[in-house]
Amino acid sequence: MEKITFATQLLQYLITGLTIGSIYAMVALGFIIIYNVTEIINFAQGEFVVLGGLVMVVFHVSAGLPLVIAFPATVVLVMLVGILLDRLAIRPIRKPSVLTLIIATIAASILMKGVAMVIWGKDPFDLQAFSGRDPISFFGAIIQPQYLWVIGFLILITISLSIFFNSTIIGKAMRACADNPDAASLVGIDTKKMILLSFALSAAIGAIAGIIVTPISLMEYDRGVSLAIKGFGAAILGGLGSFPGAILGGLIMGTIESFGAGLISSAYKDAFALIVLLAVLFFKPSGLLGSVEISKMKRF
Amino acid sequence: MKKHMFIFLGALIAFSFILPYTTFAADSYKVGALFAVTGRASFLGDPEKKTAVMVAELINKAGGINGKKLELIIYDTEGDATKTMLFFKKLVNQDKVCAVIGPSLSGTSLAIVDEAKKLKTPLVSCAASYKIVYDAKTKKQRKWVFKTPQTDTMAVEAIYSYLKKRGINKIAIMSVTSGYGKSGHGELVRLAPKYGMDIIADEKYGPKDQDMTVQLTKIKGNPPQAIVNWSIGPTQVVVLRNWKALGMTSIPFYQSHGFGSRKNIKLAAGAAEGVLSPLGGCVVATALPASTQKDVTMKYNKDYQAKYNEPISTFGGHAWDALYLVANALKAAGCDKEGIRNELEKTQNFVGQHGVFNFSPDNHIGLTWQDAFYMTVVKGDDFTLAD
Repeated sequence: MEKITFATQLLQYLITGLTIGSIYAMVALGFIIIYNVTEIINFAQGEFVVLGGLVMVVFHVSAGLPLVIAFPATVVLVMLVGILLDRLAIRPIRKPSVLTLIIATIAASILMKGVAMVIWGKDPFDLQAFSGRDPISFFGAIIQPQYLWVIGFLILITISLSIFFNSTIIGKAMRACADNPDAASLVGIDTKKMILLSFALSAAIGAIAGIIVTPISLMEYDRGVSLAIKGFGAAILGGLGSFPGAILGGLIMGTIESFGAGLISSAYKDAFALIVLLAVLFFKPSGLLGSVEISKMKRF
Repeated sequence: MKKHMFIFLGALIAFSFILPYTTFAADSYKVGALFAVTGRASFLGDPEKKTAVMVAELINKAGGINGKKLELIIYDTEGDATKTMLFFKKLVNQDKVCAVIGPSLSGTSLAIVDEAKKLKTPLVSCAASYKIVYDAKTKKQRKWVFKTPQTDTMAVEAIYSYLKKRGINKIAIMSVTSGYGKSGHGELVRLAPKYGMDIIADEKYGPKDQDMTVQLTKIKGNPPQAIVNWSIGPTQVVVLRNWKALGMTSIPFYQSHGFGSRKNIKLAAGAAEGVLSPLGGCVVATALPASTQKDVTMKYNKDYQAKYNEPISTFGGHAWDALYLVANALKAAGCDKEGIRNELEKTQNFVGQHGVFNFSPDNHIGLTWQDAFYMTVVKGDDFTLAD
């Protein structure tokens, strides 16, 4: 094995950082979609990711369905869980305040984790990498093929979401709910349906993140919390409520972690991202791409 | 309201101690067991409980101990120190057990070692830390406490002496930032000078990290002669995949004794090939040379597989050792706590699942790294003995 150069090391840190950052970005997007429509932080977002990975294991590995069928089936099933979360935990709450709803999502996340533990047990599960595990050499750095899938899916999700929110009636209606729910319902938008849709959409993105990260990192029932924390940090960093902010926040978090671990110390890897987060909030309290005017209108 | 609550709780606690226990059966020896069957440490407690239940059945089927049945009373600590304490008191005061095996974790074991002394009850812990049997204040072994698993120190010594034998002294260490990793990391650093090991890289990662490519890339920039990794859970598999993907397989990779499950080899999907780890006898039973050790461990493997239809884990073996040690002491001393303690301390040449136990007043661990570990290397889908 030949020694690698410093430049190659840096490139490797960047590639790995962007990949992990893409996962954070997807979790952050899930937070933002629900937050924009309901103003609540859905703490069960990490559980969607876990479910995505574990349900995919059932469909793809245990049931032996081909990837192209198992993938959408998993996404649809986790979407159903998202819909159930809204119908069973969020909508029935009498006189909802933002805080009670957030607490309801925490309860739901604990419940989902427990159920996942009963169904799948505590062992980690593996999925086959979509296009093999033979690493690709790129100027001396190594790219696992799955890395490309992760980054590719982030791009795909970004494009789809921007088309959805900018060019479709439903997407525009959801944005209207985000801007002003009272006015939106006055013009005939069914806000309840929009909230339901936001949960379904978030769950779907979470599921996709879970499916594509499992071949890299394995998946077990209690991984949700740590993913949710990272994704939440990314959402705050980018400016809570901003889609480009969430993606940027995720990628920055991942890259900083990676470079911090590689160049300074891996023991304080998590601290570097948090220091940057604090620094950004100190100089720009609304986050990188957030706006102070909008955040003032929000209740949370 | 609060006052009433206190009176009620007080009465409840008082009753639980005063109530005479009528279920006393004279024709059985009662042994208590505390395992983290559910909760975060269930990967320890679950095989331990299953093993203990199986061992008790085997003993009773063979006629029990001195003609009396062995009655096992198991409580689930959920890995919680407070619950462990409550259940330990309940076992001693209500269930009137002769001895207690478990708990599964070092933390929960340390929580009750003083209580074991106060209640004068022999305790055979199934957790790793040497502090469980060693009282730092008096610098002596705790009188009533024994333990069966190997310590981190032994695993590090097994790895370091193997490395030394191979002429390797420039190593990189990696560890997870959980209790297991931290404890192992401490020993790796502490014992390095003793074996002449030069640690040229010291990398860490979180227990839920997705990828360790960065840490390995850093190591690759200044290649060591070997990498020693200390973690349990999914990270110990992910790190192997990254090691292989980065083309670092020419640097030998050593895992801790926590790697001892064939599930890990399977999960690594080919990346575990050639990985070395020091493991207890029961995990590599099939590869052992013919010996009493082989017979004992093979039998356990077969019995467990037949009863539960799943392979043994290294942790169940600790419960096997603990319960048989207690059973042997019961046979010699009957249900006399002081007697059981003395018998445990006198135990010599007891061949268990994880080596040969020799206890003494100065040694309540009973194992040495030389006979508690076999250096193994992954070949195909199994562990084989390394030369």
